Amino acid sequence: MSMQTPLNKVRGLGSAKSGTEHWWLQRVTGIANLVLVVFFIFLIISLVGKGHGEVSATLGNPLVAIAMLALILSVTWHMCLGMQVIVEDYVQAEGWKIAILLANKFFCAAMAIAAIFAILNLSFGA
Amino acid sequence: MVEFTLPKNSQVQPGKAWPKPDGKRLKEFRVYRWNPDDGSNPQLDTYHVDLDECGPMILDAIIKIKNEQDPTLTFRRSCREGICGSCAMNIDGTNTLACTKGIDEVDGPVKIYPLPHMPVVKDLVPDMTRFYAQHRSIEPWLKTLSPQPTREWAQSKDDREKLDGLYECILCACCSTSCPSYWWNGDRYLGPAILLQAYRWLIDSRDEATGERLDNLEDPFRLYRCHTIMNCSKACPKGLNPAKAIAEIKKMMVERRV
Repeated sequence: MSMQTPLNKVRGLGSAKSGTEHWWLQRVTGIANLVLVVFFIFLIISLVGKGHGEVSATLGNPLVAIAMLALILSVTWHMCLGMQVIVEDYVQAEGWKIAILLANKFFCAAMAIAAIFAILNLSFGA
Repeated sequence: MVEFTLPKNSQVQPGKAWPKPDGKRLKEFRVYRWNPDDGSNPQLDTYHVDLDECGPMILDAIIKIKNEQDPTLTFRRSCREGICGSCAMNIDGTNTLACTKGIDEVDGPVKIYPLPHMPVVKDLVPDMTRFYAQHRSIEPWLKTLSPQPTREWAQSKDDREKLDGLYECILCACCSTSCPSYWWNGDRYLGPAILLQAYRWLIDSRDEATGERLDNLEDPFRLYRCHTIMNCSKACPKGLNPAKAIAEIKKMMVERRV
């Protein structure tokens, strides 16, 4: 039984004085995704049934490659931010929360790096 | 962790069916009952009220039940006209005030529960301690640095109008207790009612502590647990829009950085 006052519990460790950046970036990457995913869908449709060589040639176009890199950065960043919110919402055990938040960060970073590597690989004609 | 099932000792059991009174227009009421003293699970008691002998509102019916059938039925009420916020409860699946909800608005049996996800003191009485402490934490009073004027702090008509749709909040907690984010993280998230109150002071033209107030709210949990679910605005029995007030606070947060 805690003898802390209710106000003391509510004030807790105080305000983190952050969160706006996170919230704002989620919107910014959201808007970017809207444009980039449409581009991505068109790109995929145009490449349906094409072989490795043609895909590599398309990605050899710097504009396509840059748009693809932008897509990967924006999507993985958005995914990371969104997943963080979900974990903070639903996981309340402090140890689990930290572990899952770390796993989320590493997973998103690994996804981004792997995808960027693959795009560069194709783009530079490997 | 989010709880999808109630703990064993909170699961609601079928309760007592009270004898029907005489009368032609009987309406059935199923009311959540829980007594901290007898150690048993909550139960749903069934009462019948003759509508020809009863006032039009849900509150009239439960007062009649308490007066004439079961004096142990426990609930809060005071003003009976939607201004004190005491009789907030979950009626027919929605948080609202028993005194402003008409019996004829509910089809079939009227199901009445306490406000969701709050500790229950007894029957329909929730423990509001934390909610009030959260209200206290936003310091809901005018804060100024300028020398005290000899008369009132002046405010233009336009500035006064900005408080419309905010000052009417009666802190009944219908909105906060309808918010899933407040259910899961109510210990750290302030919830819609308190954030609407916070906004009421943030945009008060006379208040000189706007920056400090924003600092105090800028927190991933205190403010940013709001995911615009909008249950708050749907539930508010006063027709206010807490979701919009929260969105305005988020806009202020961005505005002061760009």
